[in-house]
Amino acid sequence: MHGRWAARLAPYWLALPGWLWLVLFFVIPTLVMLSISTQTGDIVNGFTQTFHWQNYVDGWNQFSTQFIRSIMYGLIATVLCLAISFPVAYWIAFYGGKNKSSLLFLILLPFFVSFVIRTQSWNFILSDNGMVLTPLKSWGLVPQDFHILATDVAVIGGLTYNFLPFMVLPIYVALERIDPALLEASADLYGSKVTALRRIVLPLSLPGVFAGVLLTFVPASADYVNSTILGGTNTTMIGNVIQTEFFTNLDYPTAAALSFILMAGLLIGVFAYARALGTDDALDMAGA
Amino acid sequence: MSTGLPMTVLEGQEAEVRAPQRPGRKRRRGGWLLPIWTWLVIFWLSLPILVMIVFGFNATTGKFNNTWQGFTLRWYQQLFAIPELTQALKNSLGISVIVTIIATMLGTLLGLALGRYRFRGSGATNLIMFANIAAPEVALGAALLSLFLLLGVPRGYLTIVIAQVMFSIPYVAVTVRARAASMDRSLEEASRDLGAGPYTTFFKITLPMIFPGVLAGALLTFALSIDDYIITSFNAGSTVTFPLWVFGVSRLGVPPQVNVMGTLIFAFGVLIAISGAVSGRRRK
Repeated sequence: MHGRWAARLAPYWLALPGWLWLVLFFVIPTLVMLSISTQTGDIVNGFTQTFHWQNYVDGWNQFSTQFIRSIMYGLIATVLCLAISFPVAYWIAFYGGKNKSSLLFLILLPFFVSFVIRTQSWNFILSDNGMVLTPLKSWGLVPQDFHILATDVAVIGGLTYNFLPFMVLPIYVALERIDPALLEASADLYGSKVTALRRIVLPLSLPGVFAGVLLTFVPASADYVNSTILGGTNTTMIGNVIQTEFFTNLDYPTAAALSFILMAGLLIGVFAYARALGTDDALDMAGA
Repeated sequence: MSTGLPMTVLEGQEAEVRAPQRPGRKRRRGGWLLPIWTWLVIFWLSLPILVMIVFGFNATTGKFNNTWQGFTLRWYQQLFAIPELTQALKNSLGISVIVTIIATMLGTLLGLALGRYRFRGSGATNLIMFANIAAPEVALGAALLSLFLLLGVPRGYLTIVIAQVMFSIPYVAVTVRARAASMDRSLEEASRDLGAGPYTTFFKITLPMIFPGVLAGALLTFALSIDDYIITSFNAGSTVTFPLWVFGVSRLGVPPQVNVMGTLIFAFGVLIAISGAVSGRRRK
């Protein structure tokens, strides 16, 4: 009798420490953030809970430009990642042969270098007197005052660069799983190569595309490392604003409200997207 | 390996069918465009790494390390000449080791529970984990900071560890859960039938079987932890980790020692990955 009870309780004991950590340092903090977001006051006199939901309206009105810019940057970077990754994943999955693992390893090389250093390295490559612009300027291909840093192009380029491997991997996994017999069947039935791509490869790659979009879009639109290192005053993203409100302006309620809008917006988007397009398969590939 | 074949068969068919119009044209294009594209992408991905490595050997004299001034090994000799940078690297390594140990233990147990049992609350736990993975980093960092502000907890080494364990547990749990779910349970039953206690069964049977998942989770945690900027910066206080230090000096000019440390970490990571792959192949 005792043993059976112990066995029944086993999963709870196993799950408890990790579960507790997540509840204490993720779920409860999110609720605390929600509570702070409706407080009023300032850092000197302290903040009091007044259920001032107006903070959300004010936060949105004041920073809607940065919100929309972040979503746009995230969307463009995701589309670029998809366009760049699909042929790569396709070629490695179908023509990689013995070198598949080595090619994938090359795609993953950036992960062995710190994210901040990689981004810093791009700042260095693209700088006004750097290795790309100096020769272009001396050959007269671009005007002397031409610059890439501090533009949309630099930030979106950085985001695309940094999140590309997250798109290649899941698409590759999905394409790798396609049974070659399906393509043989298509060919036997006189399906053209384009038909095979459209009717077999693309549909079966969808779980991978789904996971890749998820893994790229959320971190890209909430990132502020790229916009800080590669961008300027006109490329500020919502992450920069939240950071500034928390640490420079010490306006905790506004910062909390903005974070909450961002988190809720992205999570609702992700869940809706998962409901509409996703399968369990895709969530597995997204690592969830 | 075998996947290359059907496509060639496919192309052959295609060329046959369309032979009169454009003999073999499509096939050739598919043949060289894709590899050129892939290699261009690989070059693009490696370019900043290459620049980082090369400029670690640059005999720069000024504050800015941005024009090539000749080859030197000086920065490798003076690797630890900047005390703040050295301290930041030490902090990063120490934090990552602690975080990896804690997150791997908690995540493994959680993953085992979720992969092996159906219990009340498992659905909610899966949902929390998915939300944690899917939530933007800046919001996770801001939320935890809100808690620490409310409780008046000073930010530092400890709060960085708490934050990094928090975002690592779901990744470990997910990898272990997948492994545990596909595990053959009859071996554990056999172990119990033969009189082994729960601990013996766990360490002799269960753990070895889920070990690849545990190892993958631990490596992922270490990589995420040592590289994390956003969540860490929200909860770091005055404690500085390697990414935080590099970010801090990015506007002022990055000293070549950063390139050297980046290069050494890169080389070390690549060596581990290659030796892991080679030994894995040999075992097969």
